Amino acid sequence: MKYFKSWFLLSIFLFIFWLLLAGTDLQELIVGIAVSILISSILVKNISVFDDIKISLKAFICTIVYICIFMVELIKSNFDVAFRVLHPKLPINPGIVKVRTELKSKLGRIILANSITLTPGTLTVEIQEDYYYIHWIDVTAEDIDRSTELIVKKFEKYLEVIFG
Amino acid sequence: MMLAGALITFLGAAFLLLGSIGLLRMPDVYNRMQAGTKTSTLGSILFLIGIAVGFGFKVFIAKILILILFILITNPISSHTLARAAHFFGIELTESTVRDNLKEDEEGDR
Amino acid sequence: MDSSAIAKVIYDISALMAVSGIVLSFIRLIKGPTIADRAVSLDVMTIIAISIIVYIAAITGRIIYLDVALVYGLISFLGVVAIARYLERGF
Repeated sequence: MKYFKSWFLLSIFLFIFWLLLAGTDLQELIVGIAVSILISSILVKNISVFDDIKISLKAFICTIVYICIFMVELIKSNFDVAFRVLHPKLPINPGIVKVRTELKSKLGRIILANSITLTPGTLTVEIQEDYYYIHWIDVTAEDIDRSTELIVKKFEKYLEVIFG
Repeated sequence: MMLAGALITFLGAAFLLLGSIGLLRMPDVYNRMQAGTKTSTLGSILFLIGIAVGFGFKVFIAKILILILFILITNPISSHTLARAAHFFGIELTESTVRDNLKEDEEGDR
Repeated sequence: MDSSAIAKVIYDISALMAVSGIVLSFIRLIKGPTIADRAVSLDVMTIIAISIIVYIAAITGRIIYLDVALVYGLISFLGVVAIARYLERGF
């Protein structure tokens, strides 16, 4: 029973992937269900990625909100790059800063690092224990707390609800 | 419908072109990575969505969805590994850099 | 001139812009002082090439080209990660 949630999520994930690749023919649907259940039964003890996801209404709402915020930040970051590139003086003020995260789960940390890479002016360079080292194209903060506030907090409060 | 798709594709292509210009103009590896990764992610996603909207075959949309998910997951990861390797390899940051906490911490450990 | 003809012209102009993006990154690939610069520009070139492959699949109507784009993206990701690992080990 301990592995049920992980098994269930892995099967659903594999099945959706198969559906997108193969299309919705009846025979292919049956083969897809059988194969994804088989693969997830074999692999469930070795894959710990899905363990931390919480299934609740609040987590679902947070996921939707998180995706919306992420999309807005992605579009903002592109216009930011466009502005910096087209400006004749190339206004950059780069540096590598250190920020702290409070997330514990592995998948949450990966998603946080990817989101930081795609938001305006930041790029994750290195992860060590609880600290991220981030290349920032326009450094405006002096210490760890202030840069954590500016870079990490807007994503972290939603990811904490989803991954715990 | 086709016109809307064409306009979305045009926006995506504009971002791709801007990213390449940024790749040429920025002064060091890390800034080039910033320009390259962000614009190529959103640019190619908009390019593909525009094609899916404009040409709209059924099989097309599913596969384009897979491609978009794939790009969204792998593109930041590859740029992160490259940045980490470049810093580890000792490639210098540009002269206008304000500070480098990672280098300070590594030297503190030794 | 109806709207679908205008749309086709806009699609062609966008493809042209994407190809000029490939050319500009290729200049960085030749110039790039370090190996990491070259890897970055190779990454950007691959992503743009995937977009153009999908565009060709759309105008010729051949679905099979989409699989080519998918596999090309997979191989390019593995290639960039391999270059990064190689850099980290040192020569």
